[in-house]
Amino acid sequence: MRDGTDEFVVFDHVQKSYDGETLVVKDLNLSIGKGEFLTMLGPSGSGKTTCLMMLAGFETATHGEILLDGRPINNIPPHKRGIGMVFQNYALFPHMTVAENLAFPLEVRKVDKSAREERVKSALDMVQMGAFGGRRPAQLSGGQQQRVALARALVFEPELVLMDEPLGALDKQLREHMQFEITNLAHSLGITTVYVTHDQTEALTMSDRVAVFDDGRIQQLAPPDKLYEEPENSFVAQFIGENNTLSGVIDKIDGDRCTVRLTSGDLIDAKPVNVTKPGEKTLVSIRPERVEFNKDRLMPGAHTLKAEVLEFIYMGDIFRTRLRVAGKDDFVVKTRNAPDQARLEPGRQIEIGWLPSDCRALDA
Amino acid sequence: MSGLPIYATTGQRVWYYTFRVICGLIFFFLIAPIAVIIPLSFNAEDFFTFTPKMLALDPDGYSLKHYRDFFTNNDWQQALWNSFRIAPMATILSVSFGTLAAIGLSQQHVPFRRVIMAVLISPMIVPLIISAAGMYFFYSRIGLQGTYWGVVLAHAALGIPFVIITVTATLVGFDRSLTRASANLGADPVTTFFRVQMPLILPGVISGGLFAFITSFDEVVVVLFVGSAGQKTLPWQMFTGLREQISPTILAVATILVALSILLLATLEILRRRSERLRGMSPG
Repeated sequence: MRDGTDEFVVFDHVQKSYDGETLVVKDLNLSIGKGEFLTMLGPSGSGKTTCLMMLAGFETATHGEILLDGRPINNIPPHKRGIGMVFQNYALFPHMTVAENLAFPLEVRKVDKSAREERVKSALDMVQMGAFGGRRPAQLSGGQQQRVALARALVFEPELVLMDEPLGALDKQLREHMQFEITNLAHSLGITTVYVTHDQTEALTMSDRVAVFDDGRIQQLAPPDKLYEEPENSFVAQFIGENNTLSGVIDKIDGDRCTVRLTSGDLIDAKPVNVTKPGEKTLVSIRPERVEFNKDRLMPGAHTLKAEVLEFIYMGDIFRTRLRVAGKDDFVVKTRNAPDQARLEPGRQIEIGWLPSDCRALDA
Repeated sequence: MSGLPIYATTGQRVWYYTFRVICGLIFFFLIAPIAVIIPLSFNAEDFFTFTPKMLALDPDGYSLKHYRDFFTNNDWQQALWNSFRIAPMATILSVSFGTLAAIGLSQQHVPFRRVIMAVLISPMIVPLIISAAGMYFFYSRIGLQGTYWGVVLAHAALGIPFVIITVTATLVGFDRSLTRASANLGADPVTTFFRVQMPLILPGVISGGLFAFITSFDEVVVVLFVGSAGQKTLPWQMFTGLREQISPTILAVATILVALSILLLATLEILRRRSERLRGMSPG
């Protein structure tokens, strides 16, 4: 979907401070391609919403430049930026009907009445709300309000749409459905979307690329699969998906292989990511679904760890087994519920291992 | 009786009825002085008391002569006209300035918000006679004393606190993201104010306006100081009427004013319900 050469939105060394002392956003550099669906993901207070507000024009950057289609927009007021936005609480005008809400951006743009009605109608049809034009927002359910908010952000055909946790207030099923609808709409209309959320599932399923924010910085900017499989630091590894961590010290480094001595004294194989020399402290991270029980599937000479089964949880599609490994009793393994999959009963002693490429040695 | 559970003790039963009696007495204390003037205003005689004929419900004991007097007497008509010339203009000024002040003072970044707010509200707290005396000296100095605009400005100053309080209260419930949404959709700040913010805070603005109107319409102290014979308002006329020629016409005027107040308060209540509906508190 992404056209790599065309930089539509650029954050150039952007900083933001509310009180003149602490930086909420620290030296942000980010380019977003035309037509790209980019998600800003991070815990609350990580600076993601502030970035979105700066892009919308509701906050000003303390330092640095934001460019939209090559033009600096720092001095352009919000109402002249022409950026669509879906607000967290939808921000529908309660005193106007749905159709009036949608007509509002067209009215202020002096679109004549017949063209206006046509565009309102097609925007409502686009979100399957055609029959609700005459209702007030208070008469709609959360999901319907969400659709109207989406239609209102799109009706004036902006090239860039911002979404600030738009699905936060919906129940799980509706949320999953809307995730699918929003991505479909964004891609079929070819608009650039910047989406803010703290929900990692949402980020992974919807985005072309995800920017993981923490402490006012982008910790990693990557497509969802890369983010999940190849986290670049321990924050990203912890934040995205479930993750087992073991702490230790680098024993040996040899290219893209390293040996880590855990605090328990055991040796394991790992892939060095942001560690450089022996003796350095490290946190190794292994995804629960990449742990192997079957010794035959491991490489010859691979290190293994002794583990004791503490708990076996049947979750339907998967089994979730909690183990005590290297002195830690929160090591989780997920296995698929396949006919040949063993169910490990608590108390059993087993040996586990993994491919060195699945075990990433990160900063401690 | 309803409201009293079956298992209530004797003490609870006694208190239940005593409480009702006390409430009734308080209500009577508040309403009686107003209620009594209404039948008296239809007195056929020039007295402030119930005549035997009235008590016997004899139609001859009642008449509309005091109302007729009010609508034909030049003094009263001039006073009524003055009141209707001063109160609406004072209300318009109070509403415009009060609304703007409330909106400005609701912004987080305004320095000394609390101090400014306290100053603007002070006409409501400072004893009226003090404000009136102060205005008298100040307005004399700048040539406003004894003029129409002097009285209008003085009444506007008295009405502004009501508007500020009611509009501030509505703004507390106002969702700031709506103005952001409006800006985001391309509306400049002025359009945003008139199309989005104003319609939603309108109930507060109108009820503030009603209070300001009633303040000006009922006010006697300030107008005595700041006004001259040319600005003799209805309350002023009633005041002098009481002192100089005791005439039951005052009772007729009072009845009309009570009716007007009830009408305004009913309007207020209807507006409040409308605003609740708009905010989605009760859909439908």
